[in-house]
Amino acid sequence: MSRRIWDIPGGVHPPQNKSQSNQSPIQAGPIPKHVVLPIQQHIGSPAAPAVEVGDKVLKGQVIAEATGFVSAPVHASTSGTVVAIEPRAVQHPSQIDGLCVVIESDGNDQWIERQGVEDYAQLEKTQVLDLIRNAGITGMGGAGFPTAVKLSPPPDANIEQLILNAVECEPYITADDVIMRERAEEIVAGLSIIQWLVNPKETLIGIEDNKPEAIKAMQAATANTNIEVIVVPTKYPSGGEKQLIQILTGKEVPSGGLPANIGVVCQNVGTAYAINRAVNHGEPLVSRITTLTGDTIGKKGNYEVLLGTPVEALLDFGDTNFKKLDRLIMGGPMMGFAIHDLSVPVVKVTNCLLAPAKSELPDPRTEQACIRCGSCEQACPASLLPQQLYWFSKTQDFEKAEAHNLMDCIECGACAFVCPSNIPLVQYYRYAKRQVRVNSEQNAKSDHARERFEFRQARLEKEEQEKEAKRKARAEAAAKKQAAKKAGKAAPKAAPTGDADKAKADPLTALKSAAASATKRWKDAEKAYKTAEANGSDKLEALANKIEQLKTKADKANEAFVTARKAAKESAKEEAASDAPKAQVVANDPLAEIKKTSTEDFEALQAAKKALEEADQANADLVAELTAKVEAAKAKSDASKKAMKEARAKQREEIQKQKAAEDPVKAAQTAYDAAEKKLQKLEKSMAMLQEKGGDTSKLEGSLADAKAAFDTAKSNLESAKAATEKA
Amino acid sequence: MELFSENLSAIMSLVALALLFGAVLGFAAIKFAVDEDPIVDQLDALLPQTQCGQCGHPGCRPYAESIANDTDEINKCVPGGDDTIHAIADLMGKDFIPLDAEEGEHSDVPVVAVIREDECIGCTKCTQACPMDAILGSAKHMHTVIASECTGCDLCVDPCPVDCIDIIPVPTTQRNWTWEAPQGIGATPGQLIPVRNIA
Repeated sequence: MSRRIWDIPGGVHPPQNKSQSNQSPIQAGPIPKHVVLPIQQHIGSPAAPAVEVGDKVLKGQVIAEATGFVSAPVHASTSGTVVAIEPRAVQHPSQIDGLCVVIESDGNDQWIERQGVEDYAQLEKTQVLDLIRNAGITGMGGAGFPTAVKLSPPPDANIEQLILNAVECEPYITADDVIMRERAEEIVAGLSIIQWLVNPKETLIGIEDNKPEAIKAMQAATANTNIEVIVVPTKYPSGGEKQLIQILTGKEVPSGGLPANIGVVCQNVGTAYAINRAVNHGEPLVSRITTLTGDTIGKKGNYEVLLGTPVEALLDFGDTNFKKLDRLIMGGPMMGFAIHDLSVPVVKVTNCLLAPAKSELPDPRTEQACIRCGSCEQACPASLLPQQLYWFSKTQDFEKAEAHNLMDCIECGACAFVCPSNIPLVQYYRYAKRQVRVNSEQNAKSDHARERFEFRQARLEKEEQEKEAKRKARAEAAAKKQAAKKAGKAAPKAAPTGDADKAKADPLTALKSAAASATKRWKDAEKAYKTAEANGSDKLEALANKIEQLKTKADKANEAFVTARKAAKESAKEEAASDAPKAQVVANDPLAEIKKTSTEDFEALQAAKKALEEADQANADLVAELTAKVEAAKAKSDASKKAMKEARAKQREEIQKQKAAEDPVKAAQTAYDAAEKKLQKLEKSMAMLQEKGGDTSKLEGSLADAKAAFDTAKSNLESAKAATEKA
Repeated sequence: MELFSENLSAIMSLVALALLFGAVLGFAAIKFAVDEDPIVDQLDALLPQTQCGQCGHPGCRPYAESIANDTDEINKCVPGGDDTIHAIADLMGKDFIPLDAEEGEHSDVPVVAVIREDECIGCTKCTQACPMDAILGSAKHMHTVIASECTGCDLCVDPCPVDCIDIIPVPTTQRNWTWEAPQGIGATPGQLIPVRNIA
């Protein structure tokens, strides 16, 4: 029944160092005082915390929900109280803290109610997948890809092989080895579930030949099934997913592709075990088998550790000699990384904690120049050109590195293991890979930015065009209105309706607004000129010209408006005059006319005087002529003044008469008051004259007249009063 | 006369060939005409698209156009830095020249604008200045920057009347963190574990 197996290119044979930890059975790990559960223990989007500080939780309770298809929930690994949800040191090589839910253990380790499925075959496949997803199961081999996603291949995918990866090729690690020895039945149960889910043509278990006990156990467990256990020769890195597929099937996963592309699904031993626990026992993933090994550890072996157990607590539990502890490595010596902080928790992918003494794993040696020996090329299991990749990475020529399939590097470290110059090749590749990713992200971002910018430009342009169109439409409408008005201007005069007023008023408003807008445009242009000047623009001349033009336009518009207003006022006056009652005209006219003539005459006089002054003495004839003119004008002006005075007096008298007719008492009273005033005035003048000793004869006459007038007025008033009293 | 008739066929065939190729070329010139200078697109793709205007052009594409027309130097892109200048120099077949110091200083650290929101008066001036439409907010309401859309061009900083916009380096998270470049010959690897023959 020997089955053909293939070989992979390259590979190395580092010392196994497995016997230190695989001699003892699996022991239960400690229940630490605090468990620290990172919300991201898998590839994909981080889970979202679903509890709050202070909440009591039971073992197996969901504390963070999956947030997408490629995501996994996190469960409380022991019972207790949530004491913090905060960033804590986690297992990330960046040493950047990640958000964690911290549970203070109550020591009871009390499970939430769990209910396994009686017979999963009775359920829908999607229901079983949901069970796996909700149990938070991720790949336990190292990468931590959500298992439910991996088990939901596209419906048209024809899965030929299901492979259980039990190779565990990395030195020191024995977690899969011991779990197969002790829990083979359960692993096979889990594998059967996967088998039922993906329905492969054949199911294979690949185990390295350095685990004879595990092979025996698995063979026993699969005795009556169609699952085949295949023993592969020990070689690092046979346990890589792509490498194992190649060994067992001879098929190569295409560059950039997935095993599903060639009809293969590959799962880790620990994952199969976790699936069994989840489906058949209703237990979510809250613990895992972790190898505790290295010379500083007293009780080396495999522990079933609660997820979130701080590394320090686990080391303490394994009697670690902290004094001798130099570096602590999470994962194996080939692919793991040193952790910076002992409070880092054990997570779903932590298969090994290596705590070597300094003698066991000395400090890395100094990097030396590449001697182009080509050993790395011989060791590479992915058939890459490590030396070329090294040069490209070193000179940051990432495009060429990518062209040389840098992304297909599995970072197994075989090349660095064989390098005689101690070049940390994997470090170069990781750096280059990350840069390639960052660059492509940046390119994507800049494309996105370009798109946004161009969209914005287009939008602004569109807005501008719309505005322009609106402005044009408005201007057109205004022009039409104006034309209509102009056409209607002649008609309203003839029209008998009240439109005449409106028509008369409207052109004026239009002119006014035209004038105002012209002025505004001119002012705006001036402002623009000023800003341009401040900014030092070279278009000053053009702007100045424009200002000139606008100014003349504005002036014209203003003039037109003023003339129009004058005309409108005059016509309004005419109308008013013609409409006014005749009587009023008769009453008002003479005086106004006289007044006007008087003003005109006076103005003529002034003009003549001015002309005379200006003429000066240069021309005697002209002066004489002008003097005569001035005199004539003066005479005329005096005459008209006198006429006006007379007219005014007459008017006043008439008004008084009118009033007297209306109210005799009041009129008499006014006359009396006036007479009294006049008399008093004269008396005062008289007194002043007497004091000065002037000629009083002329005044005496007027005084007598005034006295007589006063007396008359007095008697008139009295009689008027009597008359009204009588009435 | 004989000479002429002997050569006639040769001349005719040459004329025929000339006409044929002329027709083919003429057709190809119309059919496969390139609307736009493809070099502009290539240059535009090399520029970081921050649209910051520090090169003196109103955006990355105008600068690409002016490089393509040889009306501007290739060392004006501040956000792109030396990497971009190298790339442009390669594309244009020119020599590398260092970044024009007048244009500003290049920083390798990506930056993002952040509005101190309690100080924002909601004037919308930054919103209008942003070439990416990455600032959200309406008049008299607090504004905020959509960090994922912000290119850190700092065009929003000057218009802000209350100076409440800071340009800060993008914080490093587990997602955007990168491995440090190995220090090279003579250095011992840092925190990475050594991959040594552990016999």
